[in-house]
Amino acid sequence: MAVSRADTSVLGRWWWTVDRWTLAALLVLIGFGYVMMLAASPAVAERVIGSAARGLLFVKQVVFLGLAAALMVAVSLLSPRDVRRLAVLGCLGALALTAATLAIGFETKGARRWLALPLLGTMQPSEFLKPCFAVVTAWMLAEGKASQALALGGGRQGLLAHPGRFLWPTAALLLLGVIALILKAQPDFGMLMVVVAVCLAQFFVAGLNIVAVGIVGAAGAALAVAAYHVLPHVRSRVDRFLDPAAGDTYQITRSLEAFGHGGLFGRGPGEGRVKNVLPDAHADFVFAVAGEEFGFIVCAVILALFAFIVVRGLIRLLAETDLFVVLAATGLLAQFGLQAFVNMASSLHLIPTKGMTLPFVSYGGSSVLAIALGMGMLLALTRRRPNRAELGA
Amino acid sequence: MTPGGAPEELRPPPAPDAPPAGRTVVPAAGGARGLVRVAAPELARRAQIERTRGRLVLAAGGFSVLFAAVGVKLTLATLVDPAQPRLRAAPTVPAGEPPVARAPITDRNGEVLAVSLRVMELYANPQEISDPVAAADRLLTVLPNLDRERLIERLTKRNVPGTDRPVEFAYIVRNLTPRQMLAVNNLGQPGFHFRPAERRFFPQGASAAHIIGQVDVDGNGIAGVEKAFDERLRTDRAPLRLSIDIRVQVALREAVQAAIADFNGIGGAGVIMDVHTAEVLAMVSLPDYDPSDPMSLVRRPQQPARRGGTDTDPTFNRATVGVYEPGSTFKLFTTAMALDYGTVNLWGGYDASRPIRYGRFTISDFRGKNRWLAVPEIVAYSSNIASAHMAVAVGPQRHREFMARMGMLQRLQVELPETARPLAPSAQGWRDINTMTIGFGHGISVTPLHVVNGVAALANGGILRQPTLVAQPPGAEREGVRVISERTSETMRRLMRLVVTEGSGRSAEVPGYFVGGKTGTAQKVGPRGGYLQDKRIAAFVGAFPMNAPRYAFYIMVDEPKPNARSHGYATAGWVAAPAAGAVIRRVAPILGLVPETERVPLIQQVLAIPLQPPRPPRQPAAPPAAQPRAASAPPPARPPAGAARAEPPPGQMPLPQRAVEPPALRRTEAPAGLRLATAPAEGAAHAPR
Repeated sequence: MAVSRADTSVLGRWWWTVDRWTLAALLVLIGFGYVMMLAASPAVAERVIGSAARGLLFVKQVVFLGLAAALMVAVSLLSPRDVRRLAVLGCLGALALTAATLAIGFETKGARRWLALPLLGTMQPSEFLKPCFAVVTAWMLAEGKASQALALGGGRQGLLAHPGRFLWPTAALLLLGVIALILKAQPDFGMLMVVVAVCLAQFFVAGLNIVAVGIVGAAGAALAVAAYHVLPHVRSRVDRFLDPAAGDTYQITRSLEAFGHGGLFGRGPGEGRVKNVLPDAHADFVFAVAGEEFGFIVCAVILALFAFIVVRGLIRLLAETDLFVVLAATGLLAQFGLQAFVNMASSLHLIPTKGMTLPFVSYGGSSVLAIALGMGMLLALTRRRPNRAELGA
Repeated sequence: MTPGGAPEELRPPPAPDAPPAGRTVVPAAGGARGLVRVAAPELARRAQIERTRGRLVLAAGGFSVLFAAVGVKLTLATLVDPAQPRLRAAPTVPAGEPPVARAPITDRNGEVLAVSLRVMELYANPQEISDPVAAADRLLTVLPNLDRERLIERLTKRNVPGTDRPVEFAYIVRNLTPRQMLAVNNLGQPGFHFRPAERRFFPQGASAAHIIGQVDVDGNGIAGVEKAFDERLRTDRAPLRLSIDIRVQVALREAVQAAIADFNGIGGAGVIMDVHTAEVLAMVSLPDYDPSDPMSLVRRPQQPARRGGTDTDPTFNRATVGVYEPGSTFKLFTTAMALDYGTVNLWGGYDASRPIRYGRFTISDFRGKNRWLAVPEIVAYSSNIASAHMAVAVGPQRHREFMARMGMLQRLQVELPETARPLAPSAQGWRDINTMTIGFGHGISVTPLHVVNGVAALANGGILRQPTLVAQPPGAEREGVRVISERTSETMRRLMRLVVTEGSGRSAEVPGYFVGGKTGTAQKVGPRGGYLQDKRIAAFVGAFPMNAPRYAFYIMVDEPKPNARSHGYATAGWVAAPAAGAVIRRVAPILGLVPETERVPLIQQVLAIPLQPPRPPRQPAAPPAAQPRAASAPPPARPPAGAARAEPPPGQMPLPQRAVEPPALRRTEAPAGLRLATAPAEGAAHAPR
């Protein structure tokens, strides 16, 4: 792209400061999203909607992916401060809308997660809550850490001095509690799990006491065991994961057959057969469709793209001095990486199946836009700034 | 950094612990020189950042492990141990037999008689059709035979009447040809769907309709073999092989049809049976119908129901359900019984000069001889009076026992649901008069299959077997019950042959096949129980070839009317016997029997039996042809004189000794079964010494 270094316009500065590797990787993923829609949506559209609407699903997703790319770039133009403002506003708005789903949402498959909005169609506000809440948490933790630094380095001593060091993290936990209550009421345990896990990751990176980390870890394990014993559907899923003969493993069996059918190079575009009988092929099991039609190589490329974005993103944060930026980016990357991992690992029978979309690749308007929002924020936060220290103050 | 201000992007990336860009280098805390003071909060902040960096490395490592695990599992799932998909067969053309549920039915040679084929059903989902009239009109462009009004009504009805339940299925056509299906598909009209089904086809049409039976629209057997073997046809996919030979079946059907047409009868029946295995090779009942086109039964012009309506019902199987008075054909059983019990011997006889009066009954003969008749004469001339005497001599109780043993009192066990129980007097009601009338085949009603099965036993050496419609493995010996002695059976064969050579069945003769049998004409019983004038059953039952019987047959014409060729008669000898001859002439070569041409006189000589007792002195043989008219003057009763009259031609008596091995007919598969000649010199035993 011919953009002069001397170009000081908004776009010019953006081009020279944005993390172009991550941007490129994200755009490639969006490209895979297009391809996978072509592969997976006809089969699903025919099953779900009927042959008359074969193209509808695809056209819709194409529009969403285009919107997503535009949204991502637009958000990445913001400064970190604007990102924080956007996140706070977005968090409040999404929280309100998510709460509204309990009242005015419509029910699909036994859960109220969706809102029917004029013009926009249906949307799942909790998707947008995820990135915004991660940024808000990062802001709160950073503020708390700033207070703590003042207290540690400081003139005034005592427990009550600089109360922000306790208040900010507590506020973050309270907010998490509210979100958890709403998500549990929907119910949407998958989303809840991601939100909690991301929040914990941020606390962890923020320097949570190693003893506390151990306690939280133990509590998480205890919770998992409790869920296994209390919630019948969790138990059934885990049982089916541990012992495939125990119950109905139709979906995961088909999924593994899809990978096996694909082999190294795949069957070729449109040549997938297992995908026609694979439930949720367009969303939670899109990775299996990729495996069948494009084979190991393309799947490995997709996996590498996710790993590249997440691991490289985290490593790059080592050079970052602004704690808010570090924590926000960590939250966004953790959410992105966790979702990708759960999706891919589920379809490969590495973990018990948990419905979660593969960022950008899976079908779903809200999901794609929300991920784009989060990645836009990430790009905005990780842009090179001439004097980062000042901005972070 | 090169002097002269290199472009910024050439700068190496900062080290993890490098200070942020654009800032002056700050010595580490506690630096030796302490020239620059750093505020304590700033130090704390730096410590926080350091800690964060450590945690970031851990997080990155954690994600690396997770993604590496996914990569390993991906490699396993795609390359190392790929799961083999159990794909649906869609991409490949299915080979071999079409997947149908019901087994085919074949004849004994494997000719298909009934087969299920895959067809497509067209149905509509009214919920998916927004404009039923337009949809109906579009469909009518490719399926013009559909009724428009009905079609629109079916497409319009969205709810089950009176309820809220939606109608999502409405039959349009129950079987479509592939071409029609393509045409409907090409309409692109939503709401029309196909689903596979199967339909039963009967490639032989009406030929064996009553045996095969019928299935309903859902493929369940509802008649005939289809019903009797319904379970078997569903569960076992191997073809069901019947004993029927479709070639014989067609020939028999045509011969019966011709006889019906000649004598303007209302129906007819015919059976051909293997005498040794009791396998039914052919069985027809006319009128019949095409089972592939069951609607033809509905379209048939409605005839006024006559006598219960079975007489003209095409679905009525006369051969197994029709019970008729057997008439004179039963004299064979009476004679066999009397000979077997020994109440008369072959040269014995009874006086038939006067009608028998018994209460209000009078038993007389049709064109009788009005004299004493020997047993061969009784059979050949079909004397009612003498047969009644013969039966009475055995006695009602033994007569009934014998009839029960012959299976004449029970429902016949054959693999058809359509069978009828004979009408016969009960044990208490079986009196002398019943024995008399049943002796010549009246006062009892049995099905044609009863008669032919009994005759098969008389001809095959005396073993009665259950008739069967299922092909028996070659060489298998079927279980049976001995009903008469071997010797009596041999005599019966000669007597049956005598009927064709000298008696009422002459027009059944087919040169070279040694046909034997017995005619039977019976008046039909009306709805109020009385006999009906001019409503007769004309039947001929027999077997061939009589020197070594292979096949028993039965031909019947229902209500024949006299025609010019029959000189005003509509009796069995004029109606059924020629039909039997026509059948044998056509069927015997199909069955692999070649007519005997060279040794006819020899075999005939072995088979022949004189009508009257032979008398001494024995004289050298004379041409057999000189013999028959001997009976023109009735000889006196056996004991007294009259020896002076009408010497039978010399050489007829006693029964010829077996001088040479009697030539068996050449045939394709000669069984080691009965041979007339295996009873050497036995024939003579009947002759009075």
